[in-house]
Amino acid sequence: MYFLHKRCYRNAVKPVCEQKSLLPLNIQPQTEKCSFPVFFLFLVVEQVKHTPTCVLPLRCRKENLENIPALAENPIKNQIIEAFFDKRNQHGNEVGSFQEIGFEQFVMVMSHFRPPNLKTTKEEKQEMRKEKLRFLFNMHDTDGDGIITLQEYRKVVEELLSNSGAMDQDAAHEIADAAMLEVASTNVPQMSPEDHYEGITFQHFEQILKDLEMETRMFIRFLDVDTTTMHCGKATS
Amino acid sequence: MPSRTGAGSGRSLPEFGLLLLVIFVLLEGSLLPLGAASSTSKSCEEAKQGHTEVHNFTKKAFPVLGVDYGHIKNPFEISLWVLLACLMKLGFHLIPRLSSIVPESCLLIVVGLLVGGLIKLAREEVPPVLDSKFFFLYLLPPIILDAGYFLPIRPFMENLGTILMFAVIGTLWNAFFIGGLLYGICQISNSDLTAIGILPCLLFGSIISAVDPVAVLAVFEEIHINELLHILVFGESLLNDAVTVVLYHLFEEFSVDGSVTVLDGILGVISFLVVALGGVLFGAMYGFLAALTSRFTSHTRVIEPLFAFLYSYMAYLSAEVFHLSGIMALIACGAVMRPYIEANISHKSHTTIKYFLKMLSSVSETLIFIFLGVATVDGRHSWNWIFVTMSVVLCLVARVIGVVGLTFIINKFRIVKLTTKDQFIIAYGGLRGAIAFSLGFLLKEDHFHMRDMFLTAIITVIFFTVFVQGMTIKPLVELLAVKKKQEAKRSINEEIHTQFLDHLLTGIEDICGHYGHHHWKDKLNRFNKKYVKKFLIVSERSKEPQLIAFYHKMEMKQAIQLVESGGGSKLPSAVPSTVSMQNIQPKNPPATTKPAERVLPQLSKGREEEIRKILRSNLQRTRQRLHSYNRHTLVADPYEDGFSDLILKKQRMMAIDKKIKEMTNYLTVPAAAPDSPTMVRARLASGRNTDFIPAQQQKGNKKPSDPQSYNMKPVSGGVPTIQVDLASPQSPDSVRLLDELGEADGKEQEKDQGLTMKLPGGSSRPNKPGETENTREQQKLTRCLSDPGPSADEDEDEPFLP
Repeated sequence: MYFLHKRCYRNAVKPVCEQKSLLPLNIQPQTEKCSFPVFFLFLVVEQVKHTPTCVLPLRCRKENLENIPALAENPIKNQIIEAFFDKRNQHGNEVGSFQEIGFEQFVMVMSHFRPPNLKTTKEEKQEMRKEKLRFLFNMHDTDGDGIITLQEYRKVVEELLSNSGAMDQDAAHEIADAAMLEVASTNVPQMSPEDHYEGITFQHFEQILKDLEMETRMFIRFLDVDTTTMHCGKATS
Repeated sequence: MPSRTGAGSGRSLPEFGLLLLVIFVLLEGSLLPLGAASSTSKSCEEAKQGHTEVHNFTKKAFPVLGVDYGHIKNPFEISLWVLLACLMKLGFHLIPRLSSIVPESCLLIVVGLLVGGLIKLAREEVPPVLDSKFFFLYLLPPIILDAGYFLPIRPFMENLGTILMFAVIGTLWNAFFIGGLLYGICQISNSDLTAIGILPCLLFGSIISAVDPVAVLAVFEEIHINELLHILVFGESLLNDAVTVVLYHLFEEFSVDGSVTVLDGILGVISFLVVALGGVLFGAMYGFLAALTSRFTSHTRVIEPLFAFLYSYMAYLSAEVFHLSGIMALIACGAVMRPYIEANISHKSHTTIKYFLKMLSSVSETLIFIFLGVATVDGRHSWNWIFVTMSVVLCLVARVIGVVGLTFIINKFRIVKLTTKDQFIIAYGGLRGAIAFSLGFLLKEDHFHMRDMFLTAIITVIFFTVFVQGMTIKPLVELLAVKKKQEAKRSINEEIHTQFLDHLLTGIEDICGHYGHHHWKDKLNRFNKKYVKKFLIVSERSKEPQLIAFYHKMEMKQAIQLVESGGGSKLPSAVPSTVSMQNIQPKNPPATTKPAERVLPQLSKGREEEIRKILRSNLQRTRQRLHSYNRHTLVADPYEDGFSDLILKKQRMMAIDKKIKEMTNYLTVPAAAPDSPTMVRARLASGRNTDFIPAQQQKGNKKPSDPQSYNMKPVSGGVPTIQVDLASPQSPDSVRLLDELGEADGKEQEKDQGLTMKLPGGSSRPNKPGETENTREQQKLTRCLSDPGPSADEDEDEPFLP
């Protein structure tokens, strides 16, 4: 049973946030409570004893995330976990994947889930939308070549359907094929029979999802999380 | 004397009746006492009566023609009203441009005014058309059920907080603001208004404050506003019913008693909860019952739609029995039963429900607006300038303040903030309508001597909102460039990503150890899938994931569109834009160097799609013949069990079979023995024709075909071929059509597992070798395919695309 103290926030989270001038999610220095879930995770996954002084050195490996029980039934569990260890999601230009991530990387990934607010301008929204779409795109594009091939897309659909019991692969493939066809037909309407569509590029990806208001849908917010009632025992057991 | 209320709606009928009579007179001689009957203008019913009774004529004294209008009066007049409403609706859409300027609701009210005026001119007594009982029991439920059944659940739930805020707090605010200020104004003014107490004023406020779903629907459907605003205004109008009901009963009670205590206030709050939650509970209960019933209707498909209507109407009535919110009950019932019912009932029944609901609700809506006009003419009015203008002004002011104030609070919690434009549209879209009028109508004269004035004020407010706001909201929406609804249908990619996003967000929340909105939604979904669906949905369909269901639905829609749009003649023009892209995918695998065995099914995939489309559009002729409705097809049709995966594949199979048959017919394969209908049926039923179609060697046809030349006309040169690839490794019983393009002759088709049919090439070269190579089995196949005898039968059996 670990409880978090506000001191943790002051000592660890705030410096990181300020140093990187980044306000992931609702983590804002003045509303200290909001940041705890993220923070809290690192205690959970590392299963360390209550160490309020320093959190930064804590590292998280894939196994840590895989052991989260609530995640077990998520059909796209693997992709989610991959996303956290993907260097492309770190707002840098690196590619590849981490072996383990620290708090900073974690927050970087989580920053993709910021909601827009009333003050965000149109350009910022556009930027935000692009960023979110890029995150999704990276989740699909497993080999990182900038193209979602049919193979990769099929895998996405397959995983999406994977928790529905003994679902046949055919249906998944059929849907992925139809979806792919749709992408191709909306983006490259005229193609001679000899041409072929290699896969979804990011531009095409943006194009097909332009009706999906990603900037307003892809967000997570932490309402009042009462840190005194949250305890780690349940999650870690 | 019977009165013909619907002026001009059936002018030709009496004349026709008279003509009939004259003929009879000529035939039977002049013995008949027709004098009275033929002199006046009678409706056609009389003529019919005369027609039948003439045959019974035995004695002189027997009255050949009798008039008994009283006998049919009520249904006749109701039918006339409905007919009038429908004709009016029809008429508006025939007049060009009128419907684009003036909303239908306004026009209908005008028509009502005219009709009311005519009646008043004619006989000075207007039927009490907008009787509150009639309104609440018959006119309102269809509209609300329609709204509830087609309620977009997702946006509704996502914005539930905002909607409730507007519906509950907003309506309360409006009621008290309007009522209170009106009371103040009444006291200040030195006319007879001072006699009105605070409670009647509040009662009036509570009547007039509720946004009306009927009016909102009528106007908002025409302006195509974006989904968020639509659901906010519309949801508010639906959910404020509970508040209105409670406030209305509360104040009515108090006004009669004349005293309010704190306890009454507390009871009022409790009553609100009971009314709202009780309504929802009733609705949900009946919704589940409806879903459960629909589970067992697979043998009596014809009455399926009726269950949906009956249960929801029962929910409404049951809720009304206890003075609960019937509207909430209907909404809940519709929303709860829809997903399960849709999964259970046949596609045709579903279409029936859809059409019936739309039809009923649109007729009700038309009638309501017409009656509103008639009732305006009819009612006794006492026009009080101060009261009426103040109520209009206060309505507007209260609405604006309420919306702005509430948005200020709500925006603190919302992620998608409501902009100033949104607020304006929400405030401006607060239309009042017939519910307010009916509630006002319900007031008893003995308790409320100012009832007439209230009614006048209510009508004025309604007219003001419907006419002024309803007519200007469309230009304003254009002017402000408020985001419109995207007309585009949902694409499969969007569906995939919506679901992907759901899971992603749930996953992230889980990782963060934060049990938020998504987490609980996911839990609820799981529960629904695990228990509720199993209980309520016919077994094999309960497991179908949403995505697959969506895909099937979409595929079906596409097919129907194609069948409906693409006639045989239009084929070449309809296909090209799609055809070229179909080829994209087949090329995919070779380019990405996939395993060799994958090439085959993928190759066929795109081709299959294309050919299937052509097939469907070509099949239109036969299908149209089948559209003549046969009562028995509903029951006997084995393909009516929805469109599960298997059925879909079967249908594809059938379509291809048909096509092949057509082609073979075209080829004029000689000497088709008229046997083997059973075989055809058996094959059709079995869903796979591997047993019948053996390996077919195919060599001569290597010419790459242009897909666009693939039509029924003989094309010399390009000879397209279809290969029915029967044993694709991935899905053995699905049919793959494969175009043998260039790569096909490169890697010889060593598997030899496809039947290849050739289109008529006229006198083209490769045709002949293919023909001559027919093996014995092939002949058998062609025979049964091109058999003209059973094909007629088969057409009857075949389900047309629903």
